[in-house]
Amino acid sequence: MLSNLINGISLGSVYAIIALGYTMVYGIAKMLNFAHGDVIMIGGYVAFCTNYYLHWPALPSILLAVVVCTLLGIIIERLAYKPLRNAGSLAVLITAIGVSYFLQNAALLIWSSNPKSFPNMIGTGSFSIGKAQVTLPSLITIAACIIIMIALTLFTSKTKMGKAMRAVSEDKGAAQLMGINVNATISLTFAIGSGLAAIAGVLLCTSYPQLMPTTGSMPGIKAFTAAVFGGIGSIPGAMLGGILLGLIEIFAKAYISTELSDAIVFAVLIIVLLVKPTGLLGKKIREKV
Amino acid sequence: MKMKKLSPASRSGFINYAIVLVFFAVFQTLLSTGNLSNNFTGQLIPICAYVVMAISLNLVVGISGELSLGHAGFMSIGAFTGVIVSMSLQSSVSSAPLRLLAAIVAGTLVAAVAGVIIGVPVLRLNGDYLAIVTLAFGEIIKNILNCLYVGVDGKGLHISMKDANALNLDENGLVILKGPMGATGITKLSGFVSGIILVLIALFIIQNFVNSRSGRAIKAIRDNRIAAEASGLNVIKYKMMAFVISAAMAGAAGALYALNYSTVVPKKFDFNTSILILVFVVLGGIGNMRGSIISAAILTVLPELLREFRDYRMLIYAIVLILVMLITNNPSAKAFIHRIFGRRRDEDAEKGGA
Repeated sequence: MLSNLINGISLGSVYAIIALGYTMVYGIAKMLNFAHGDVIMIGGYVAFCTNYYLHWPALPSILLAVVVCTLLGIIIERLAYKPLRNAGSLAVLITAIGVSYFLQNAALLIWSSNPKSFPNMIGTGSFSIGKAQVTLPSLITIAACIIIMIALTLFTSKTKMGKAMRAVSEDKGAAQLMGINVNATISLTFAIGSGLAAIAGVLLCTSYPQLMPTTGSMPGIKAFTAAVFGGIGSIPGAMLGGILLGLIEIFAKAYISTELSDAIVFAVLIIVLLVKPTGLLGKKIREKV
Repeated sequence: MKMKKLSPASRSGFINYAIVLVFFAVFQTLLSTGNLSNNFTGQLIPICAYVVMAISLNLVVGISGELSLGHAGFMSIGAFTGVIVSMSLQSSVSSAPLRLLAAIVAGTLVAAVAGVIIGVPVLRLNGDYLAIVTLAFGEIIKNILNCLYVGVDGKGLHISMKDANALNLDENGLVILKGPMGATGITKLSGFVSGIILVLIALFIIQNFVNSRSGRAIKAIRDNRIAAEASGLNVIKYKMMAFVISAAMAGAAGALYALNYSTVVPKKFDFNTSILILVFVVLGGIGNMRGSIISAAILTVLPELLREFRDYRMLIYAIVLILVMLITNNPSAKAFIHRIFGRRRDEDAEKGGA
């Protein structure tokens, strides 16, 4: 029971970190960035290559993965999404899907479709709390998630750039009139989201050490669900949604059925959205005529 | 001369039928003279199925204005219903076209029922939330089919969620669905002719529906929900109509598609397939049926045409997709296209457009 709880929170923490990327980008650019899951995969591969082939220690290879993904996020935003800022939401969605295909197939060409077994970078070992066995990686995952959450909350509420981000997501035009550089702020959001995706990639691959070009897509979809679950656009919502999703998944696997766990996760999402159509912590937007 | 008497909408509809028939004539000739490569021949029925998928999704996305990300779920329901029906009728009905018809009708009906069940909760939501719930339903359908075992014997159908042994079939029993392995040993029943007939029927239903009173009501709701509601339109009823018709057609397309292969697995109809069909609709032009037909046909064969680039083909496909979206949404490129085709577009617009 307790070990399931901790495993659930640990998996949920990974979802939460990915969901943060979705929710921040949605909040500021009002777009569903479907390529986000594939940025996770790229992050995983970068960390894998530097650690496995170049024998770098864990910390520098994770840092390099973060840097590569941050740059990748900025480049994707500049090349593919920026020209479409005034286009319809479907056009942006399809472009994001195009970027996702591109990243997956580029990874397929570079690293081939053979699954790579991801080395454990963040240490092994387990200890017991009461009767439950807890592994070190899952504790580190939870700790990473808490640190990221606190840092991000401080960043958006205390720093100038964070305030600019909130202003842009509230009203782009007004923010621009106030002298905020909207383009730079949007780039920054993508950079932070993609950097977090790299960390999520390493954490995800440590718990499920199979790295393939499609590794990112299913966690991506689930994290996206988590973001919607918590109320898309809301940072605490993404955290809450991610952790709840992880818990539901682990408990469904443990007590109901392994094969049907995904169906149960999505069914809970549907029920939540029917009861509270804007997610758990989402703001209700009143429709005006 | 006769064409002038028709309204612009039905004239545009007739052009669509003509395009499908010309496509059929050209490829049927190529097929019978043996000028078509094997790869290409294998693509003909998928093209028909995807065209039906694209126009049916366009009814929801373009005409009704709701983003659906789970269309492949209905295709999957239609596909496996079709397989079950055709395989259980194998011994009693000897005529292949009749079995195909039964399979497609059953696929259509079951998918329509699923459309009603899913539509009730889904259509209460709006925008991105509606999109995510359709995605969730698509994944649930895939997940359930992934652990569904169905068999048939003298006593009828047996269904289990555990494994093939739990079906308790008698000696002559036949296991049709094997969970994640899907259906194997399917007799191929679909042909190019039946595919084209299905496309024509689907086009007929959708075009007439769009231009009917209900179709106009749905477009009014899409353009301004509040105004439409204030004018006394029952929003949920009309949205539901579009959603269920679309689901039913996807079911028919699924049955056609599945009966073209000897093996079909539930994983085939996942989120990526839903997205693929959405790409057809968006690239063809949202709300434009002719665009959907053409883009579904071209994009289905494009990976085959790019075969000489081997590993690079999907990469090229992705780049083409991004570039098309960037160019069609670029104001200066739009102005350029308008300058070239502008005269024709203006004429179209005056007459009411497609």
